[in-house]
Amino acid sequence: MTQTVSGAIFRDAEVDRRHTPAWYANRALIYGALILWAVICLFPIYWTISTSFKMAPDVMQGRLLPISAPPVEEGGMSWLLGTKAEPTVIGQTSFAPAWLGWRSLGLSPDTIGEESTVRDEFLKRFVNSTIIALTASTLAVLLGSLAAYGLSRFQYRWAWMKNDDISFFFLSQLILPPVVLALPILVLYKELGLLDTRIGLILLYTLSVLPIVIWIMRDQFAGIPTELEEAAMVDGLGAWGAFFTIILPIALPGMVAAFILSLVLTWNEYFFAALLTSTYANTLPVMVASQTGSQGISWWSMAALSTAAILPLIVIAVLLERFIIKGMAAGAVK
Amino acid sequence: MSVMSGSEHLHVVTSDDITPGRKRAGRLMIWGTAGLMALVAAAQLAQSLGWQDFGFTSWRPTLYAFCLWATALCWAQVLIRGEHGKRALFVLPAALFVIALTVFPLLFGLIIAFSSWNLSNPDGRQFNGVANLVQMANDPFYWNAMGNMVWYTAAIVVEYIIAFGLALLLNSQIRARKFFRVAFLLPLMLSPVAVSWMVGKSMLEARFGPIARLARALGWDDPSFFGSPEMAKLTIMVMDAWTFIPFMMIMLLAGLQAIPKELTEAARVDGATGWRSFWEMTFPLMLPVSITAVMIRIIFKLKLADIVINVTSGGPGGATDTVTSFIFREYRERSNVGYGTMLAMVYLVMIVIVMTLLMKLSARHTRPRN
Repeated sequence: MTQTVSGAIFRDAEVDRRHTPAWYANRALIYGALILWAVICLFPIYWTISTSFKMAPDVMQGRLLPISAPPVEEGGMSWLLGTKAEPTVIGQTSFAPAWLGWRSLGLSPDTIGEESTVRDEFLKRFVNSTIIALTASTLAVLLGSLAAYGLSRFQYRWAWMKNDDISFFFLSQLILPPVVLALPILVLYKELGLLDTRIGLILLYTLSVLPIVIWIMRDQFAGIPTELEEAAMVDGLGAWGAFFTIILPIALPGMVAAFILSLVLTWNEYFFAALLTSTYANTLPVMVASQTGSQGISWWSMAALSTAAILPLIVIAVLLERFIIKGMAAGAVK
Repeated sequence: MSVMSGSEHLHVVTSDDITPGRKRAGRLMIWGTAGLMALVAAAQLAQSLGWQDFGFTSWRPTLYAFCLWATALCWAQVLIRGEHGKRALFVLPAALFVIALTVFPLLFGLIIAFSSWNLSNPDGRQFNGVANLVQMANDPFYWNAMGNMVWYTAAIVVEYIIAFGLALLLNSQIRARKFFRVAFLLPLMLSPVAVSWMVGKSMLEARFGPIARLARALGWDDPSFFGSPEMAKLTIMVMDAWTFIPFMMIMLLAGLQAIPKELTEAARVDGATGWRSFWEMTFPLMLPVSITAVMIRIIFKLKLADIVINVTSGGPGGATDTVTSFIFREYRERSNVGYGTMLAMVYLVMIVIVMTLLMKLSARHTRPRN
């Protein structure tokens, strides 16, 4: 919003040019609010990650900082902080990082080489989650993109349904709460021998994210001018040829966005996984949930498990934030 | 939800000469595989009714026959209708997939809903007419869960206000915008089960959870976040809001960024500042986006269950139950598939009615203005 070029004709309003106390107060308010909310968002994540490195007393006393401050008895930094006999602030709020939580998962440096049933279990769940989420998202993006492309480019008439009705048919699946499908699917899967299989979950997850993919991709394709394919088709390409050679490369960022959003939703899904799997195809959320119920809570191992469950998505969020936002913003603005 | 405008279609005339033989082959494929599917299904039905044993161990052969038929149907489109058939292939697989996995189970669910069917009971399914409906009408916990859903949905108003505020903050002239955007987005990435643990079970722990500690420091002597029904409901609302505010925030942010810069500048030149320019310009312009965001949020809210299942199991006394978590427990504890399905079906009917009304109401506002 620099107005230097325009010189005297288009000036900033007086209000904008003055860096008055009011302006500074305004800034302080904005950054205060931003930082407050950032803390609200980040603290639980920090708490989980740090708790996975704590020992029992650290949890009980609510110690937060992973600094191994020297014990109070030995003096240490107390002179520096001006406190004398009292425990230092740092001493009170810090803990010495330990591998307790990760050891219980068999993932700490000293146990990583050894046999560990918990780790095997964890890795099995992790692999399940990865395979199911990746396959379901790929399938959904494949089916959804094709459907969205078809609906945005060609006119269909099946029975009484035209394009708008078909679009509505797909998008209305979004309203369907999972609980409505859960029990019929449970019974069907039982009959089909699909209970507790990865394929069973993959099919359901694909179904649950399909409307979202179609929603996003419809928006993407609508933004690509039809002249592109018309030219390609005049040159002798068929509808599919035009789609693969011309449209797909242009729509790829949108597809990545849809894929990542699907990945997030399917990785975190709990309800169907809890109902339809028992021993073989459990996903990570089911494993996390099953820990909370049993014999109290061992904080550190729960924290380590939760950290392992959320870390992949945090990495994705940090690296691919652009795509996630693009995906969610699609369809919001016309 | 807006439905596609349907104006920009491709119009390309193609010349296909499809021989009658090819068409016949296509039809033969469809009907042949359909016949095969019917045959397999009939054989399996006969076995399940105990008429004749064909040695099936599960209904999978019927599933395979369906997949074969679906493939044949897609292929035959090309055989019979040439280029037009190829175009149908864009939508057909997705449509068949959705029909197989929702329409069919829903119809099947209707049958289950009117039966008494305990999965652990060897008697199997027993048709029991409207008994499930009667039981539902007299089930205070179900209606209590319904009532809770109204409360949970009402909480969206607060979520919306916060999300709008955050979107405005992110849209203003700030430094480190990317950092704040990523930070604000993160809660949405976390699995509700992990949130249940890290917030619900550990941070809100009454003795040494950090939030409980903070509450004590602020003068609340005996912080208990799940003690009273109201408090428990509020806590669940806050946790759910925490995860989903980023979602609305991002949609609203996209809306804010789509407002033409000229408009904001013009408003400034006209002397509209802060509060007034928000109410007279930004908010009206944001109305369509807001309605879309709130509608989608309502849809997601109606599916709320994971947090409730994992943190409170509906307690205390059903105060935090959602319909989904209630049905989940109903199945887990009594494995009564019939009753649970009936409850879910009624829920679906109510959702459809409410959402239709809401969409009708909001249609006026979401329509693009000229």
